[in-house]
Amino acid sequence: MPDDKELFDTRSSSKMLANRIPMTAATDEAVLEMQSAAVDGEVLQKKPFGFLFWFALSFVGIVLFSAVLANVLPLQNPNFGHFTDLNQGPSSAHLLGTDDLGRDILARLVFGARVSLIVGFLGVAIGLVFGGSAGLVSGYRGGRLDIALNAFSFIILAFPAIVAVIAIVTFWGASLFHITIILGIATIPLMYRVIRASSLAFAQRDFVVAAKTMGATNTRIVLREILPNVIPVMVTFSLITVAGLIVIEGTLAFLGLSVALPTPSWGNLINEGSSNGLLSINPLIMLWPAMAMFTLLWSINLIGDRLRQRFDLREGVL
Amino acid sequence: MGKYLIRRFLQLLVVSFVISVLVFMLVHLLPGDPTTQILGANDTAANRAILLKQLGLNLPLWHQYTIWLSAAFHGNLGTSYLNHESVTHILATGAPVTIELIIISQVLAFAVAIPLALVVSRKPNRAFDNVSTTTTFGLLALPPFVVAPILVAVFAVGLGWFPATGYTPFTQAPITNIHEMILPSVAITAGSIAVYFRLLRSDLISTLQQDFITMARSKGLSNRRIMWRHAFRPSSFSLLAAAGINIGSLIAGTFVVELLFALPGIGYALVQAVFQRDYLVVQGISLVVAIAFVVIQFIVDFVFTIVDPRVVRE
Amino acid sequence: MGRRSGGRTLEFKDAGTQVGPLLVVDDVHTSFRTARGTVRAVDGVSFDVHEGKTLGIVGESGSGKTVLARSIMGLLPPRDVIRSGTVHFAGHELTAMDDKDLRQVWGAELSMIFQDPMTALNPVKRIGVQIAESLILHLDMDKKEAGSTAVELLRSVGIPSPEDRVKWYPFQLSGGMRQRVMIAIALACAPRLVLADEPTTGLDVTVQAQILDLLAELQRERHMAVILVTHDLGVVASRADDIIVMYAGRVVERAPTHTLFHDTKMPYTRALMDSIPRLADPSGVRLNAIAGRPPDLINPPDGCRFAPRCPYAQDKCRESEPPLRTVGSADHLFACWFPLVDGESTVPPVPVSISAPVTPGPESSGASDI
Repeated sequence: MPDDKELFDTRSSSKMLANRIPMTAATDEAVLEMQSAAVDGEVLQKKPFGFLFWFALSFVGIVLFSAVLANVLPLQNPNFGHFTDLNQGPSSAHLLGTDDLGRDILARLVFGARVSLIVGFLGVAIGLVFGGSAGLVSGYRGGRLDIALNAFSFIILAFPAIVAVIAIVTFWGASLFHITIILGIATIPLMYRVIRASSLAFAQRDFVVAAKTMGATNTRIVLREILPNVIPVMVTFSLITVAGLIVIEGTLAFLGLSVALPTPSWGNLINEGSSNGLLSINPLIMLWPAMAMFTLLWSINLIGDRLRQRFDLREGVL
Repeated sequence: MGKYLIRRFLQLLVVSFVISVLVFMLVHLLPGDPTTQILGANDTAANRAILLKQLGLNLPLWHQYTIWLSAAFHGNLGTSYLNHESVTHILATGAPVTIELIIISQVLAFAVAIPLALVVSRKPNRAFDNVSTTTTFGLLALPPFVVAPILVAVFAVGLGWFPATGYTPFTQAPITNIHEMILPSVAITAGSIAVYFRLLRSDLISTLQQDFITMARSKGLSNRRIMWRHAFRPSSFSLLAAAGINIGSLIAGTFVVELLFALPGIGYALVQAVFQRDYLVVQGISLVVAIAFVVIQFIVDFVFTIVDPRVVRE
Repeated sequence: MGRRSGGRTLEFKDAGTQVGPLLVVDDVHTSFRTARGTVRAVDGVSFDVHEGKTLGIVGESGSGKTVLARSIMGLLPPRDVIRSGTVHFAGHELTAMDDKDLRQVWGAELSMIFQDPMTALNPVKRIGVQIAESLILHLDMDKKEAGSTAVELLRSVGIPSPEDRVKWYPFQLSGGMRQRVMIAIALACAPRLVLADEPTTGLDVTVQAQILDLLAELQRERHMAVILVTHDLGVVASRADDIIVMYAGRVVERAPTHTLFHDTKMPYTRALMDSIPRLADPSGVRLNAIAGRPPDLINPPDGCRFAPRCPYAQDKCRESEPPLRTVGSADHLFACWFPLVDGESTVPPVPVSISAPVTPGPESSGASDI
């Protein structure tokens, strides 16, 4: 029979506990794997972040910076078509060239970044605030509410999301605001599950029990004991989700459901530029935003991973 | 065991029921109705009213729901308003396409991710590992709608090695079929490789630090044997779970490549139906897809109870 | 049992034919490179073990005893480890062998019992399989033969209904049972020497005794040498032929068991013995814990490493490190400038002043209440 030691092995115990909530423990397992990934097999710790990390961070910074300050920066008008300069390659007048309507690609790229960034970061923020906090409390307290919420979130996650998103966007209209809210709401069950799994794992640890025996209130325990431990998972997973939302915006654009042209977004720039005719005539229309999106996504994932490596406190035995 | 299965089956029923309600409600949120598409030029108010009555769309929602649900119980998911195929037929023709896509892409993904993770986990954070990990992030940054057009431009239009569109059923001409499926499968594979590799890698690294690995070494077992027989097994669990979720979401998630490559799969049919307000098709497909997702998770859970002796089966 | 013939390049003589010591450890150093510096976990240890004998290695946590055991086996991490010194086993130099050759030794001639059977047994494999692995690998058995031998091995370590239990998983067994399984695994191929690393930590006292008795019995049957690594003097008191006391990576005393207990020379050894609570003591008597903590192995102090905690430390002790030497009988070695004579110190005790928090009060730090 499993002894007490077994119960305090967080992986197996949360598996057991997750099985008491009779839906799949799948995401939870994936979360806990991410969380307890003791990466460094070396004895050396505290490696510096590395060149790539700083490069990635700078890139994200530049994108953010230029997107926020797009109005102030010396950019061309993204919607103005220079009819005499269609499909030009990069030049001193147009650093990244022009598209098939003569519009400056660089300007469209920078303004388009806004859509991706807002959808990504704000959407995740919504998910964190609502889903994350619910998960935090739910994982700690357990009980019937937890079981119900968990089952509910599982059902929502089972639902083919495209249908919901497409339906709602069609119904409500495709504006940046609407899309952000819809995608934000879509991340709520995801955040809930992931953070709940993490909170659950920590809630059984001895230090929480110790805090209780010293008379700490539940609020205090959640905020002071569990939350600080859950933050690494939160940060990593949030970054991954930002990347995911940026991709979804692109997919929506692919379906014609993102921000309406001529307003640029990286998604619809790529989509526009991919149409058969344009791709052979002027591949740059598609390639510039594709590369930008690629680099941004890659950077976000890298940052998330390096942060996790650095701040992941190993649980296992050395 | 019997008890376990019964419980799972009951859960499946409950979940299916809830999903059916959600699906139904959601679909009827859409503005407009199929009459516009069906009537086309004959779209007058009077005709619309007649058509609505004919299709039973003027009944109160709850009534429509019960009609639909009871029909579904009998295996009748309804008929498309537009082309009069039965939803079941649409699913039956679309399923092989989507399933084939999923199978090929996942096999590719495992074939790349597993060996790579096995090699890399023995010497973490060295040169090869860093290169692999960084490259994997790149894969994560290549969603299908970016990769697919590029693949088509280079390999189909440019080099002419693969067809850009078109689908021939496997039963008809297997070689052609595979030939057509390669580019779309590759377009989907990137994300899966990244997820599986990173998950397996981190799991293997932490497993390899456990005492029982040192003990296995002390028994004189070779490194290869240790990796495969001792380390891979416990580490494969999270991989299994992730695969369950990944595959579950891919069932309808293949719509991007299906649309791009003109493959008549489930995703393609679903998206089209949404645009055309073909309610019954949307409802039927969504319901089936969602239930399939749940069933897959249950299967994964079940496999867990077999494969991982520590999991308690109530 | 026949030895595996294919692929073996190393020859090992049969049991009972060894001339001279079975294991010779000569000036072994093992250090780990860490971010804070190089940790000198084992700092110059030498000893030997003869066939069929039991050696006890005793020390606190951090004394380097586990690292020593792993160094002897060669089971250290592949990087950031600095090693020197040699280990000879049955005529072969282990320290000069690569992993490929070592794998012929591991499990077959030299095996290890790990400290925590819960983490040392693969949680997702049946215990029968884990035993059979070694048998198939080293003794060329087929699966069927290995399976039935595994059952017999379980029986020999005292596990009831072995035919059924052989299919069990580790988590289904109690701590004592798991440890028995570990012993079965370690002894499966009849090795010449077994390294038992804290084989009884975490077990009930009664179970401890059973395990140790079992080990001793099997040892007698097979003419095996055993090295018992432990922090518990009680474990080695009646079971070891010789005992080595380690402190801060070094050997501070070595003697046959009887001599160690009756003619202790090192104050540290004395303090270890005194720290064992005795049943006969009236309740309420304070525990005689040794004040302070082991030294930092990155920058060990000059002079005797125990000096900061030693109640009899003199200036000479703090200035220069006492060598390991012998006076009189050649088998009793110790490293102390002022060794105890007849159990008493030749120098007056000085109260130990240590900044680290200490459990007992200032009056109990050594040989005061004998």
